[in-house]
Amino acid sequence: MMQIVTLSDAEWSAIFLSLKVALWAMVGSLPFGIVCALVLARGQFRGKAILHALVHLPLVLPPVVTGYVLLYSFGKKSAIGQFLYDYLNFSFSFRWTGAALACAVMGFPLMVRAISLSISAVDRKLEAAASTLGASPIWVILTITLPLALPGILAGMVLSFAKAMGEFGATITFVSNIPGETQTLPTLIYTYTQVPEGDASVWRLTLISVFISMAALLVSEFLAARATGRLST
Amino acid sequence: MSLSLDVRHRLGTFEIDVRFESAGGVCALFGPSGAGKTTLVNMIAGLINPQQGRIVVSGQVMFDSNDGTNLPPPARAVGYVFQDARLFPHLSVQQNLKYGRWFSKRRGTAEFDKTVDILGLGALLRRKPVTLSGGEKQRVAIGRALLSNPRLLLMDEPLAALDQARKDDILNTIEKMRDAFKIPIVYVSHSVAETDRLATQIVHIESGRVVDIRSNSNP
Repeated sequence: MMQIVTLSDAEWSAIFLSLKVALWAMVGSLPFGIVCALVLARGQFRGKAILHALVHLPLVLPPVVTGYVLLYSFGKKSAIGQFLYDYLNFSFSFRWTGAALACAVMGFPLMVRAISLSISAVDRKLEAAASTLGASPIWVILTITLPLALPGILAGMVLSFAKAMGEFGATITFVSNIPGETQTLPTLIYTYTQVPEGDASVWRLTLISVFISMAALLVSEFLAARATGRLST
Repeated sequence: MSLSLDVRHRLGTFEIDVRFESAGGVCALFGPSGAGKTTLVNMIAGLINPQQGRIVVSGQVMFDSNDGTNLPPPARAVGYVFQDARLFPHLSVQQNLKYGRWFSKRRGTAEFDKTVDILGLGALLRRKPVTLSGGEKQRVAIGRALLSNPRLLLMDEPLAALDQARKDDILNTIEKMRDAFKIPIVYVSHSVAETDRLATQIVHIESGRVVDIRSNSNP
């Protein structure tokens, strides 16, 4: 019975690593997600359809392919990977940072979609009014567009976080499944399913996954309700 | 102050070809719905660019199709009171009122207390726009535009969405404001009663063309 409620070191480590990876993936991709959503929602330029498709590519590609593309472009042997290592002493290869990058890329389409939908819903007449009051385009975005799109931004953040908590294919392809470094909840669950005595662990981790995902959804509902309330009362 | 407008603009089969000058005071653009009045004020504010023409406010060229001059709306310093108020829903009344001031400090600071007092906004400052009545919204919108230190104030049918009692209330407010701030106003309306009461000059527009310009000695 104690085995059900007591977590092993490997399990704790995977839980904390998953939370860390998911948080960094969410926070790190947020600025890019907002800019990308603004460009997609408000920009008018040639090649917009191509940008749209590129952003959404991780949603439709097999995760293994995304992971391999990351390995190819950010791995130690790639130009980018070598540059980062030589000049910034920073590496994505087989490190938790790489897991965060993989999760950020996989969650990016979900984040951008949620944010750009809510930006599209912001009344452009309000933006025009702000511009007649002296606000330059960048100030209009910062003081009118983004605050009004806040519920969508929060939703996008939660989706990105939730996706990161569950990401498996791209992570294991890009940074493998190294205990303590890149072994996240899903990859640890996978590891336990491969050994005969792993059932109890699989159940514990599955319940924890459900719990964390539920908590994230509830928090996001709460935040979105508050943000929406702030806009309408 | 002066306003000089000379624009030509074609929208499908509808063509605007308008030319007039105003020396100051309240200049009313009067005419039926669909005459092109709102399009004209949008051109003065910089929200629409005419295909051809020249717009000058107080000696400063806002738009000139000949030399490509086209100041963006924030640089025009033209206050705009929209028909539908367009208050920012996420900001309080006070934050709405101070929004434009923040960007226009270098042009001097309009007097916040005096404006709030004349427009009767004192009791509303902490409220959110959604809790305001139509008349209150419109008064806040007027205050917000005034407090951005505009060179010129555009008012596009500010009474359109209001009932008669509210209309009288806002008309009184606009009269007080006109006399207290000495700011030139372009006032769009299809109501003779309003233009006769407020305007010093009435530009009568129909189907995109000026049919009559007269001065009004009433106000």
